[in-house]
Amino acid sequence: MNRTKGDEEEYWNSSKFKAFTFDDEDDELSQLKESKRAVNSLRDFVDDDDDDDDLERVSWSGEPVGSISWTIKETAGNSGSTHEGREQKSRNNFSSYGQLSKPVSTYSLSSLFKGRTRFGSFQSLSDALSDTSAKSYAPELGRPKGEYRDYSNDWSLSDTVRRLRKGKVCSLERFRSLQDKLQLLEEAVSMHDGNVITAVLIFLKRTLSKEILFRELEVRQVALRHLIHFLKEIGDQKLLLDLFRFLDRTDELALSHYREHLNIQDPEKRKEFLKTCVGLPFSAEDSAHIQDHYTLLERQIIIEATDRHLESAGQTEIFRKHPRKASILNMPLVTTLFYSCFYHYTEAEGTFSSPVNLKKTFKIPDKQYVLTALAARAKLRAWHDVDALFTTKNWLGYTKKRAPIGFHRVVEILHKNSAPVQILQEYINLVEDVDIKLNLATKFKCHDVVIDTCRDLKDRQQLVAYRSKVDKGSAEEEKIDATLNNLHIRWKN
Amino acid sequence: MAAHLSYGRVNLNVLREAVRRELREFLDKCAGSKAIVWDEYLTGPFGLIAQYSLLKEHEVEKMFTLKGNRLPAADVKNIIFFVRPRLELMDIIAENVLSEDRRGPARDFHILFVPRRSLLCEQRLKDLGVLGSFIHREEYSLDLIPFDGDLLSMESESAFKECYLESDQTSLYHAAKGLMTLQALYGTIPQIFGKGECARQVANMMIRMKREFTGSQNSVFPVFDNLLLLDRNVDLLTPLATQLTYEGLIDEIYGIQNSYVKLPPEKFAPKKQGDSGKDLPTEAKKLQLNSAEELYAEIRDKNFNAVGSVLSKKAKVISAAFEERHNAKTVGEIKQFVSQLPHMQAARGSLANHTSIAELIKDVTTSEDFFDKLTVEQEFMSGIDTDKVNSYVEDCIAQKHPLIKVLRLICLQSVCNSGLKQKVLDYYRREILQTYGYEHILTLYSLEKAGLLRPQAGGRNNYPTIRKTLRLWMDDVNEQNPTDISYVYSGYAPLSVRLAQLLSRPGWRSIEEVLRILPGPHFEERQPLPTGLQKKRQPGENRVTLIFFLGGVTYAEIAALRFLSQLEDGGTEYVIATTKLMNGTSWIESLMEKPV
Repeated sequence: MNRTKGDEEEYWNSSKFKAFTFDDEDDELSQLKESKRAVNSLRDFVDDDDDDDDLERVSWSGEPVGSISWTIKETAGNSGSTHEGREQKSRNNFSSYGQLSKPVSTYSLSSLFKGRTRFGSFQSLSDALSDTSAKSYAPELGRPKGEYRDYSNDWSLSDTVRRLRKGKVCSLERFRSLQDKLQLLEEAVSMHDGNVITAVLIFLKRTLSKEILFRELEVRQVALRHLIHFLKEIGDQKLLLDLFRFLDRTDELALSHYREHLNIQDPEKRKEFLKTCVGLPFSAEDSAHIQDHYTLLERQIIIEATDRHLESAGQTEIFRKHPRKASILNMPLVTTLFYSCFYHYTEAEGTFSSPVNLKKTFKIPDKQYVLTALAARAKLRAWHDVDALFTTKNWLGYTKKRAPIGFHRVVEILHKNSAPVQILQEYINLVEDVDIKLNLATKFKCHDVVIDTCRDLKDRQQLVAYRSKVDKGSAEEEKIDATLNNLHIRWKN
Repeated sequence: MAAHLSYGRVNLNVLREAVRRELREFLDKCAGSKAIVWDEYLTGPFGLIAQYSLLKEHEVEKMFTLKGNRLPAADVKNIIFFVRPRLELMDIIAENVLSEDRRGPARDFHILFVPRRSLLCEQRLKDLGVLGSFIHREEYSLDLIPFDGDLLSMESESAFKECYLESDQTSLYHAAKGLMTLQALYGTIPQIFGKGECARQVANMMIRMKREFTGSQNSVFPVFDNLLLLDRNVDLLTPLATQLTYEGLIDEIYGIQNSYVKLPPEKFAPKKQGDSGKDLPTEAKKLQLNSAEELYAEIRDKNFNAVGSVLSKKAKVISAAFEERHNAKTVGEIKQFVSQLPHMQAARGSLANHTSIAELIKDVTTSEDFFDKLTVEQEFMSGIDTDKVNSYVEDCIAQKHPLIKVLRLICLQSVCNSGLKQKVLDYYRREILQTYGYEHILTLYSLEKAGLLRPQAGGRNNYPTIRKTLRLWMDDVNEQNPTDISYVYSGYAPLSVRLAQLLSRPGWRSIEEVLRILPGPHFEERQPLPTGLQKKRQPGENRVTLIFFLGGVTYAEIAALRFLSQLEDGGTEYVIATTKLMNGTSWIESLMEKPV
């Protein structure tokens, strides 16, 4: 295990940036390499058969043989894949219910009776809520006397709640007056058991008018929160909105209504729904966002229809060369702008799909616009367009390069889109900060820029250091040598 | 199997045994052969308390995951559904039951709700016409699951959202129930401290529950001296920062689920002689991470920068041990060497795994972007430039980095500035909505409601006061041989753990001012013990504090608490409980609007 300091450093310091140590002294992680070698050398010597480990047996995936999730895979192995089926199912299951017939037999009295005598009381809380059914399945054959009391209606308020909490049958119907009902609710709330609170709320929701229910809950915040949660859970959107309206909770009302759009798949219908959200009581800032959301989808529907047609007609070059990967519907604004810069760059401002139109309609800031247009045009390798993006003319007719996002960002984006060296070089030269410029030029191997910059800085040492990074016998090396030998330069070091 | 649970100051195997007993009792109620249909989410937590062998002993012959349509064929008498009380699962169960072939042999259906029966669910089953098909409908109170010798979790993903967004107390009720179970097993906890609205409520519930149990005096000698209940929203900052301990980074990068992590397989390919790289496994490598593995217990809580040296030292020790074979001359010596082989092989395997994991992590932590992100985080936490738009965040949005990453940073900035200036907030919101989609307005509202991303109220920034008083930012941090909890974030000391530390010494009275700034009440309650059970502490004996994080805890916070437990003169050892083991990413994710 002999290792030289040199190659270790190269191995571990190959990345310029270090982890989160802010001191450069020692890289503790270099020792990882050592342990890795040790491990590898041991592998040669020790029989590496995992099955021989007489410790815990572990399957390849790492789960101990015999663990629950491992066993499910084993025993259910031939019952089809587990994931896709289920996910799809849960999405469809509401619709599929229509096709399932309700078996009458399972609900018969006898089946309930069968369960009861064998295992004692197991009725659910919900059974307790509907008076009639609770009575209909109370056959008390040969039941010990004591158990009669389970169905008694004489439980006190606190006993009732306690029994509900234990999941025992307990009719709530005897709480008839509003006062009784509210006391029941308060008792449940003081127990903190959400399940019991919900049970009582369902009972109240069924037996009280909406107005009274809302009015009473307004002064009982804990119960109110449970009701809101419960309504969300069962998806009673209408009552929920009524409640928010009653409570004057405008933002929750607005959000709750707006949230619904996520459930609408059809773009036209979604658009129409979003239209109803525009007037909702959002803050001024957010109202503008919601309006934009609506307008954007409206645009996307138009663009999508046109472009799909153009693409399938096969007459338009851009769509033939770069077929669309996905529909533009429901994509974010910036993505839409990118799309429009990609497929509709030269269109006049009057068309809905033109980038300039989007920029104006949605008040997209210059920075954002330039970034997106640059990425789109660079992807198409339309260097001329890129050039035009940054060229400004002053009133004398002189042209000047200007980038609202900074030329270092321009370079990064161009590189990401694999622009040729000449193009990169041109923009690196426009970076004002010398350090950043050198950094970028080194990173993207724009040798000329590095050499010229070092020369301008009269930084001989840096140039010498750079020489070791270029290929032997290359044109760059020659240029470096020529520069270093240039007697006219007065090096600073 | 679970010996590591009993190595801590409190033997958590007692709890594990108790929940196993309850499981067996339920299974025995359903006489005859059985098949279990699992809510897939539950298999992870259940795996921590039981193996298939236990179920098999109680005639469980088949196991399936819950999915729509017809149940797979199984020649058993009982079908038992193990499910969380969720409405969408009830729909699937109903579908299973309704498509049961009635010409086949009659089978008994049962349902086991974990951790609690739910009226809503039973109502749904009733509406779907299947409620009567179930013979047993019961609940299995698996509230607190032992994860390690000093760690318990409820693994309730939605607890934070329910507590702080919806103000739903259900998970608090479960937490209180779990604490009652703990007290039944480990004795009444004489002192309860707390900070936060939810903490107050849990304490109230506990006191109320205890009153109801009067008559049956708890005669177990108390193991815990204190309980500290902490609301997550007292410290919104900590989970947002990137954890820098070994375990914390594994969780940040790969996500630890029920003590298991899935890793890219390439680094773990078994290398055998003459077998050069073919048959590379494609399935993720799954490893269990807990203190049962000696090496892992040693390195998990270290700052990642200190892990390399430990691994390298271990490598030397193991190499030396294997070298011993050359010195083994006599039969006796050889025999002794061979007897140690299994242990040595395990140590070598463990070293190999962690060396590979450390390499994977290092690839991430040495990347330029990780460095930039960390720099920004540390600037925010030390109070630099928190009141203006950050250019790195801007860049992340422009390059469409994952939304969660962006949100984590912006929330961190907001928390470190006691809310953002309206102009800054509006700018970020606009950028996010335009780049990631307008529908995220829903997520932004949730974050605002949770206090994570909000406008500054009254133009006052309290964070500097909090930071200075609680010494949250430490400039000289020693990652190798830490002297302060701030090593877990390379400079930032987690607020939550600082509160625990200050409570144990010198007491919260010293930080009254800061406690008033932080949300929610702080309080102290006593639960009187009969004289026979009162503890007489030996001099030098540490107190045991159970610290319960309501709304989730990160691995870095756990590491910081373990660091405090191990201090020579610390005086307090901690057992940690939480509603969920989490990190900033899984946390923000739980608050995001999920497209239906």
